[in-house]
Amino acid sequence: MPSLAGLFFWMNIKLENIKKLNVTKPLKLDCGKTIKDFPLAYETYGKLNDNKDNAILVFHALTGDQFVTGTNPITNKEGWWITAVGPGKAIDTNKYFVICANVIGGCMGSLGPRDINPETKKPYGLDFPVITIKDMVRAQESLLEHLGIKKLLCATGGSMGGMQLLQFCATFPDKAFSAVPIACSSSHSAQNIALNELARQAIMADPVWENGKYVLKNVQPKNGLAVARMVGHISYLSEKGMQEKFGRKLQEKADYEFSFNADFQVESYLRHQGYAFVERFDANSVLYITRAMDYFDLSKQFKGGLVEAFKNQKTKFLIISFSSDWLYTTKDNKDIVIALNASGADVSYSEIITEKGHDSFLLEEPEFLKTLKGFIDSMYEKFKNEKRI
Amino acid sequence: MKNLKMKKEFKVIADLLPNNTRVLDIGCGDGSLMHLLKIEKNIEVRGLELSQDNVQECIYKGLPVIQGNAETELHQFPDKSFDYVVLSQTLQAFYEPEKVLKNLLRVGKSVIISIPNFGYWKVRTKLLLFGEMPVTKTLPNTWYNTPNLHMCTIKDLFNFCDEKNIIIKKVVGVNENKTSLIKKSNLEIKNLFSKVGIFLIS
Repeated sequence: MPSLAGLFFWMNIKLENIKKLNVTKPLKLDCGKTIKDFPLAYETYGKLNDNKDNAILVFHALTGDQFVTGTNPITNKEGWWITAVGPGKAIDTNKYFVICANVIGGCMGSLGPRDINPETKKPYGLDFPVITIKDMVRAQESLLEHLGIKKLLCATGGSMGGMQLLQFCATFPDKAFSAVPIACSSSHSAQNIALNELARQAIMADPVWENGKYVLKNVQPKNGLAVARMVGHISYLSEKGMQEKFGRKLQEKADYEFSFNADFQVESYLRHQGYAFVERFDANSVLYITRAMDYFDLSKQFKGGLVEAFKNQKTKFLIISFSSDWLYTTKDNKDIVIALNASGADVSYSEIITEKGHDSFLLEEPEFLKTLKGFIDSMYEKFKNEKRI
Repeated sequence: MKNLKMKKEFKVIADLLPNNTRVLDIGCGDGSLMHLLKIEKNIEVRGLELSQDNVQECIYKGLPVIQGNAETELHQFPDKSFDYVVLSQTLQAFYEPEKVLKNLLRVGKSVIISIPNFGYWKVRTKLLLFGEMPVTKTLPNTWYNTPNLHMCTIKDLFNFCDEKNIIIKKVVGVNENKTSLIKKSNLEIKNLFSKVGIFLIS
């Protein structure tokens, strides 16, 4: 296994070769600071047709990136939404042009805390400005302009991707013909914030972290980051799902070892997930992105509450929740539906019954994928007709 | 259940609704009525449906539908947010039909309800002559598996509206392909010969 410093060097070389848009337009962030001339890394799949009416924008979740499907060229692993996006999939790339950008604050080529601060000529670390979901979304507007897309056929995303999508629709009410927010919420609950704080504290408690200055030494607080990832993984599964998957099964052994090694399969799973994560993600990015999620509160932005946020909404919505998701519950999702209904928007809602928890949207979940496909295909027909008129 | 329903009923409901209105279809099934209203009358339709399969079917057809139970989830719709709310043959299946009805009248400026008529002569004779709970085309289930908890007759619903000061604008009786207007004067006879009653109230 290559050393971590070597790994970062190698990743940086690879990051040179991915699609990037240099956003020249200054972006005034919610925190008051302004960024300009910053990179926004993105990837596209399929082909934009001549009428430019087949574009679908995907927003990624906390630990996602722009490599939605196929093989991620940086990690050489499958794209994070390969179950839903690709040739012949629910979001069929033979038919649709799929776009996804890495969020700012991230670490897959878009401006983030690992980048060089032009003022100090050193990596930002904690000098990177605190960003919000709204900042992420506004940064992506330039990409649509760059690609020449006036109106998207659809925009979609799960978890934090869904939050970005709600923000996108509220900020740009006429940029998407349809929208599918999946397993998300219009604001972070106390429990959501608490779990994120747990992840952040794990990173900050790692002595290697050094107030975010580890980037200068080209190392990574991997123990803290791994624990942060483990917290996440627990929240992505349901109690029943976890019980069914692991139960009290032991990891390749007949009996307890009477030690603190990973005796149980569930321990081994968490450790594996945690330490696999440190190879592809940056600890400071986790701090910044989780903070953005915690600050997210759409009704706070609009004085009249959530109904006001969706006023004059022309976008056609489909909200999807998963019955066993305790991170962003059916109730959280239904509150969005209620607000959309109250504002008179065109909204559909489906709760998928599953034991797979929050993770369901990333998995092979037939009822979910069928619903997603049915909606997008029917919206395409409508969008084409509307454009013809 | 929806598939067994007479097309005639949908036609009667469609005839009661003016063009270009906003309509909420409660228990919209696979969206057949919504589709009809959208295509033929340019009505802005919304559906509420319990079954996952039916919700998917509606979504495939591009019809906006919310998965949920009318008994507990009508609160999400603001007052008078629809010109009409349609409830087709499900009033009798709710735990608290009175509460649901009140909610329908809150959400819609007007409400269209259809009921399988328990006063239909075949239903009456089955109980009267054979002493058995009636099973008919409109009421296909047996006593132990029927979803219907609160069966009523056209006359019952008529009287109920009177008592609760609900304005009855129109009542149509349906028997196979025949329809007829029901008024107080012909209520007794129509209550005997209609399989389904369709009420327009507000």
